Amino acid sequence: MTNTPEQTRAVIAVEDVHKMFGDLHVLKGCDLVVSAGEVAVLVGPSGSGKSTLLRCINQLEEPTAGRVLVDGEVQGYRPEPLPDGRWQKLSSAQIAVQRSRIGMVFQRFHLFPHLTALGNVMEAPVQVRGLSKAAAEEKARTLLERVGLADRADHYPSELSGGQQQRVAIARALAMDPELMLFDEPTSALDPELVSEVLAVLKDLAADGMTMVVVTHEMGFAREVADQVVFMDEGRILERGTPEEVIDHPRSERLKGFLASVL
Amino acid sequence: MGQRRRHDPDRGSEPPAVTTTQPPAPDDPSVPPPAAAQGVTPLRVKAAPRPGTWISAVIVALLVLGLVSFLVTNPVLEWGTVATYLLDVKVIQGVGWTLLLTLLSMVLGTVVALTAAIMRRSDNPVLRGVSWAYIFVFRGIPVYTQLVFWGLFTVIVPKIVVGVPFGPELLSFSTRDLLTAFWAAVIGLGLNEGAYLAEIIRSGLNSVDKGQTEASKALGMSNGRILRRIIVPQAMRVIVPPLGNETIGMLKTTSLVLAVPFTLDLTFATNGIANKLFTPIPLLIVAALWYLAITSVLMVGQHYLERHFGRGFDARTPARGGGRRSRQAAVNSAGTTPQNPLPEVEL
Repeated sequence: MTNTPEQTRAVIAVEDVHKMFGDLHVLKGCDLVVSAGEVAVLVGPSGSGKSTLLRCINQLEEPTAGRVLVDGEVQGYRPEPLPDGRWQKLSSAQIAVQRSRIGMVFQRFHLFPHLTALGNVMEAPVQVRGLSKAAAEEKARTLLERVGLADRADHYPSELSGGQQQRVAIARALAMDPELMLFDEPTSALDPELVSEVLAVLKDLAADGMTMVVVTHEMGFAREVADQVVFMDEGRILERGTPEEVIDHPRSERLKGFLASVL
Repeated sequence: MGQRRRHDPDRGSEPPAVTTTQPPAPDDPSVPPPAAAQGVTPLRVKAAPRPGTWISAVIVALLVLGLVSFLVTNPVLEWGTVATYLLDVKVIQGVGWTLLLTLLSMVLGTVVALTAAIMRRSDNPVLRGVSWAYIFVFRGIPVYTQLVFWGLFTVIVPKIVVGVPFGPELLSFSTRDLLTAFWAAVIGLGLNEGAYLAEIIRSGLNSVDKGQTEASKALGMSNGRILRRIIVPQAMRVIVPPLGNETIGMLKTTSLVLAVPFTLDLTFATNGIANKLFTPIPLLIVAALWYLAITSVLMVGQHYLERHFGRGFDARTPARGGGRRSRQAAVNSAGTTPQNPLPEVEL
């Protein structure tokens, strides 16, 4: 880990990341820096590579080229290349440790259907961190209370609404005390009237100083909460800046066209 | 159109006026449709005449009666002998051995099958290949042949030596002391069963949504823990019903263990008595009744297993697919979101 004296320590540094799926060039050299406590919102049309970029940060996708640093630590490889120039991959156990520091929330929740809300939140602290059941339960109940679901602890995911499921998923990610949180379209699968309850939890987290990267189409949320709005199109980052710069004063025709279609 | 509807008893019993007053419940499929609004009198309906139902019922009932009377009155069946030997010590012991064979070989088969199924999913080509070959061999050879082979195992492999390959011997024991006929039967049945169960378990593991693995990985869980804590418990829901079938199949396959030869199971015990008495038929009935009784007990066990592994799923099933589509329709009709709210929906 690096010890940068400035307050704006880079928690995430994505450096010239490319991703190919076969012949399909999904990411064409993306750079992204997110500082501690910063909220970065990725926007862009369908297929622009937002989700892929997000998934590269916690190694659900492996970049074809470029590197991702989290807290100054190269993700997926030893810090230095081998003498012959190749990068030594980390073992799956080492990758799991890197992932455990990054919380992720999915579009379709992916709660564990065979466990209750409480069981979902307790699972990783007990299995990965080795927390005692009692300590994990106490923590899980606190987190469920934080997302407003203390009374739903013993419900199975199938007994919860979409918004409640997504809030349990956020609590599950928070249970690992992550240094940063990734949100992959957290409200896209929700009924419109359930979107606000999930966004409220995100805003609460942002206000608490959590470092966050959010892929979303909620431009209102981006305007209100984002420190940095990043516009992606066809695998490239075309524009980035404050919400005022990007949403209110778009420069490229692509972004103007995109904003016209979503606003 | 309207005329046809009046003659249709299914539709006629639910007047359109009632259905249109029901509030839409797009997000909760578990909510039952609300009862008819107060003050609405349901149509009085007379069922359509169904003469075929009555005729077929009478014919089948007569055939069943004939069969029962044949079973009761036929002297060859010797129900007295059946009653005498139903609780014979040898028969009860046979039931015990058959149960033990069934349970042990199913446990062995499940463990082997789980291992083989996990190996089939591995990235390692050696593990995948060995698993494929195991399934190929043990599924392709008749179980009777395999049982004879296991009976002769002590002849083929008289001694097992543990040591460094091409180096010193550390341990050596005779297979004859270890592999009794009972264990040869358990291994033979278990390995055969494992080859079938491996495919069942593999499809069960594959049935678990990939998102479950991704979510577990994102939490930093190791591959082993993901499999044990997340994938297998969910796969069990799909695996248990065919596993129950296989267990009942195994109960009956144990009657082949005379190939080993293992001579204490239910079929061999009743055959032995029958040969002594020269009355094969009543003792076949004794065996059949016991197999049926054990099957009934196994079915009860299966019911509880299915309930255990089905928890958390029951309310979810109808929400899949159709539920999401209707929810999307509700989102679109509400018009509160941008034109294309789901540009990157995973399909």
